[in-house]
Amino acid sequence: MSTSTIKDFRNGVKPNWCPGCGDFSVQAAIQRSAANLNLSPEDLAVISGIGCSGRISGYIRSYGLHGIHGRALPIAQGVKMGNRDLTVVAAGGDGDGFAIGIGHTIHAMRRNMDITYIVMDNQIYGLTKGQTSPRSEDGFITPSTPEGSIEKALSPMEMAITSGASFVAQCFSADIKELTATIEAGIQHKGFSIINVYSPCVTYNKVNTYDWFKENLTKLSDIEGYDASNREMAMNTLMKHNSLVTGVVYQEMKPSYQELVKGYAKRPLAHMNLELQPKLFDELVNEFV
Amino acid sequence: MKKDLSWKVGGQQGEGIESTGEILSKTLNRLGFYLYGYRHFSSRIKGGHTNNKIRISTRKVQTVADDLDILLAFDQETIDLNYHELHEKGIIIADTKFKPVKPEDSTVELYPVPFTEIASKLGTSLMKNMVAIGATCAVMDLKIGDFSVVIQEIFGRKGGDMVGKNMEAIQEGYAYMQQSLGEKASALFLAKAENNHKRMFMIGNDAIALGALTAGVRFMPAYPITPASDIMEYLIKKLPRVGGTVIQTEDEIAAVTMAIGTNYAGARSFTASSGPGISLMMEAIGLSGMTETPLVVVDTQRGGPSTGLPTKQEQSDLMAIIYGNHGEIPKVVIAPSTAEEAFYDTIEAFNIADEYQCPVILLSDLQLSLAKQTVETFDFDKVHIRRGKLITSDIEQTEEKDYFKRYEVTEDGISPRVIPGVKGGIHHVTGVEHDETGRPNETAHNRKQQMDKRMRKLSNLTERFPNPITVNVPTKRTNLLLIGFNATRGAIEEAVQRLREEGLNVNHLQIRLIHPFPTAAIKPYIDGADHVLVVESNATGQLANIIKMNVGHVDKIQSMLKYDGDPFQPHYIYDASKELLEHVYINN
Ligand SMILES: Cc1ncc(C[n+]2csc(CCOP(=O)(O)OP(=O)(O)O)c2C)c(N)n1
Ligand code: SF4
Repeated sequence: MSTSTIKDFRNGVKPNWCPGCGDFSVQAAIQRSAANLNLSPEDLAVISGIGCSGRISGYIRSYGLHGIHGRALPIAQGVKMGNRDLTVVAAGGDGDGFAIGIGHTIHAMRRNMDITYIVMDNQIYGLTKGQTSPRSEDGFITPSTPEGSIEKALSPMEMAITSGASFVAQCFSADIKELTATIEAGIQHKGFSIINVYSPCVTYNKVNTYDWFKENLTKLSDIEGYDASNREMAMNTLMKHNSLVTGVVYQEMKPSYQELVKGYAKRPLAHMNLELQPKLFDELVNEFV
Repeated sequence: MKKDLSWKVGGQQGEGIESTGEILSKTLNRLGFYLYGYRHFSSRIKGGHTNNKIRISTRKVQTVADDLDILLAFDQETIDLNYHELHEKGIIIADTKFKPVKPEDSTVELYPVPFTEIASKLGTSLMKNMVAIGATCAVMDLKIGDFSVVIQEIFGRKGGDMVGKNMEAIQEGYAYMQQSLGEKASALFLAKAENNHKRMFMIGNDAIALGALTAGVRFMPAYPITPASDIMEYLIKKLPRVGGTVIQTEDEIAAVTMAIGTNYAGARSFTASSGPGISLMMEAIGLSGMTETPLVVVDTQRGGPSTGLPTKQEQSDLMAIIYGNHGEIPKVVIAPSTAEEAFYDTIEAFNIADEYQCPVILLSDLQLSLAKQTVETFDFDKVHIRRGKLITSDIEQTEEKDYFKRYEVTEDGISPRVIPGVKGGIHHVTGVEHDETGRPNETAHNRKQQMDKRMRKLSNLTERFPNPITVNVPTKRTNLLLIGFNATRGAIEEAVQRLREEGLNVNHLQIRLIHPFPTAAIKPYIDGADHVLVVESNATGQLANIIKMNVGHVDKIQSMLKYDGDPFQPHYIYDASKELLEHVYINN
């Protein structure tokens, strides 16, 4: 077996992100964790949405599909259904996953397919030049909320836990060590993993900056006795810290969708023979006679 | 002796109306009759009038009947709502329980039969349907024994003496009816069918679902909607047998994008919906076109706009299906007319999607999807799976770490497609304009090159498609040419036959490949016709406009439109055609 290195996951395309954008570290962390897990680039599929963040699939050397706004998750689930042997990572922005695509996000969590979802949460819309996002705090001033947003910010971690996600984590893009380890754990987790990454937009978000996060985030690993398998503790801790925590918030071992669905082949559908057995065909036809 | 007879059963939704029709038609189908059943139902689940009209014939029939011979009524509402369909010699058979009355202005005969009373005496009023079937047997002169196999299949499993009891109910209904009919008995006797071989009896949706399974579909994500849901409901029962499954998604956008994901991964997947759901899928269909990912979407049209007439017939999605995407993509739209065509066209849709790497819409309509018809058994030898330029095993890398040219500019516009997991095939796929390796590229030169490449792929499709049109007779000179698509075929065919029998020069052309439009195949027929009448179930003449746009002859082409929610009946088309011909050829 060959051993992969981070270089195997680099394709030489220069990202069009602004210098200093948090998404650079997310890209590096995905590449590093894939190498650490010794995945081969061909066995990884990165499926992304639309936004600055959505460009990420084009910057990683692996199979990848850059789809449409908010739909990274259903596409990724379709890929996994078609080939259960692939490692499938879905990625996109907070607008992508929590505004236009929130329905998919919630249902993907309840479905618990064995894929990893990484949200680059910059609490703003980057690509469309700085409008408010469902992750923006109330009072947040943007071109679309000149008087300050009067809507409450959505809380992905609590939402993920109550929606049935089996691996719920949050990271800060500047802490690439924790981020890499968490992505590795997420990929290894059998079931749906969501990793919300605070990934500052240096161009449009002048409130939630690197410094702001450094001041406000608490590492769960620093909380004594924190137990990620304890749902109640997870919820209480989130509430206590206004969700500004990093690390694995909650993890539950339960069968993934792929394991539960009756009759679903253990081999990749993509490599199965498409032709029906003539005997089965006759039987199906005879049911209508 | 009647060679063609139509029977309708009506009552409250949930009262067993469907099973009554089912038992009768299943038995008759096996006796060698050709059947065509059309259900009228409303969006209410329980309660509300429902009826099932079944046409029974010794020759092939592919549409609803003009009128009605026998009306079987389980309530007064059924009589009030449907008696006008009965012809002069038609009869009503009704349960005495609701003291049926015949509308004053009607000349038809009413036969009250104590359905419920007889059934109750035998054990349960639920068997009133069987009594009604017995009464039907007496009127049509069918043998009761012919029903025993179907009754055995349905009730055998329930144990006890259910089979015997039900057969007894049929017998009692038969005896009662035979007595009341007396002298007049033979008027509605059904001629014997020539039973030469076995045939299927199915709805169009069954044919589409079985077609998909036969084409190699192993995964279907879908969101329920009338009249498309039966397709997913059939497949969830069958797919696990071949290692696949169905997911009921959170919405249509998830359904179509999941299908795109699975196709990208290399397995065959598709989804099915109707008008409102199709509207939601449009952006994703564009993604399939731009990323050149094969995709099949079934649109079973129903009455629109908005939620419109969800349980009624209409053909008004045509323009939206062809032109509803933003931007420009290669796309194929296929519109079968019968359940048999639906089966083979579904398989062809998957082959075309793979070969041309683009979205293919299989267009159906409520009548085709839900009407239950006699179908020749499908021929497995005719099924071929073609996957085009698909690479599923490892390829040698020429240059270390270089990207595979997924969007290679080729002469036919189709590039080799490699699926995730394959060594040496890494590339990026994106809905953003991209270069040959899939890397985003907005330069004018690249844009034009990739756009031309995508558009080039369908240039030979109309010639390669097996049956872009179906014509009644191959002669191109005609006084009147009738044109239709989807389920109108049966009604047009019957109208044309009657007009021909009267010596009129009429022809019929049914369009099966809607987009790209098979202009070369169609034009000679339109050139050679004095008048062209386009028959379609919508208010604006969408097909007529598409023909005018592609073929010209703007002045020659007229429309015959129906948008009241009911299917075209043959006489409707016959009358209008006759009027047109008389006006032009007889009065002048
Ligand atoms: C259906 C649709 N609506 C709107 C857009 C425009 N759009 C592109 S990206 C985006 C939001 C981006 O925000 P986010 O997902 O947070 O990503 P970021 O750019 O901040 O990384 C929007 C609204 C689109 N591409 N598609
Ligand atoms: S606009 Fe913001 S999110 Fe987008 S690339 Fe620049 S810094 Fe990153």
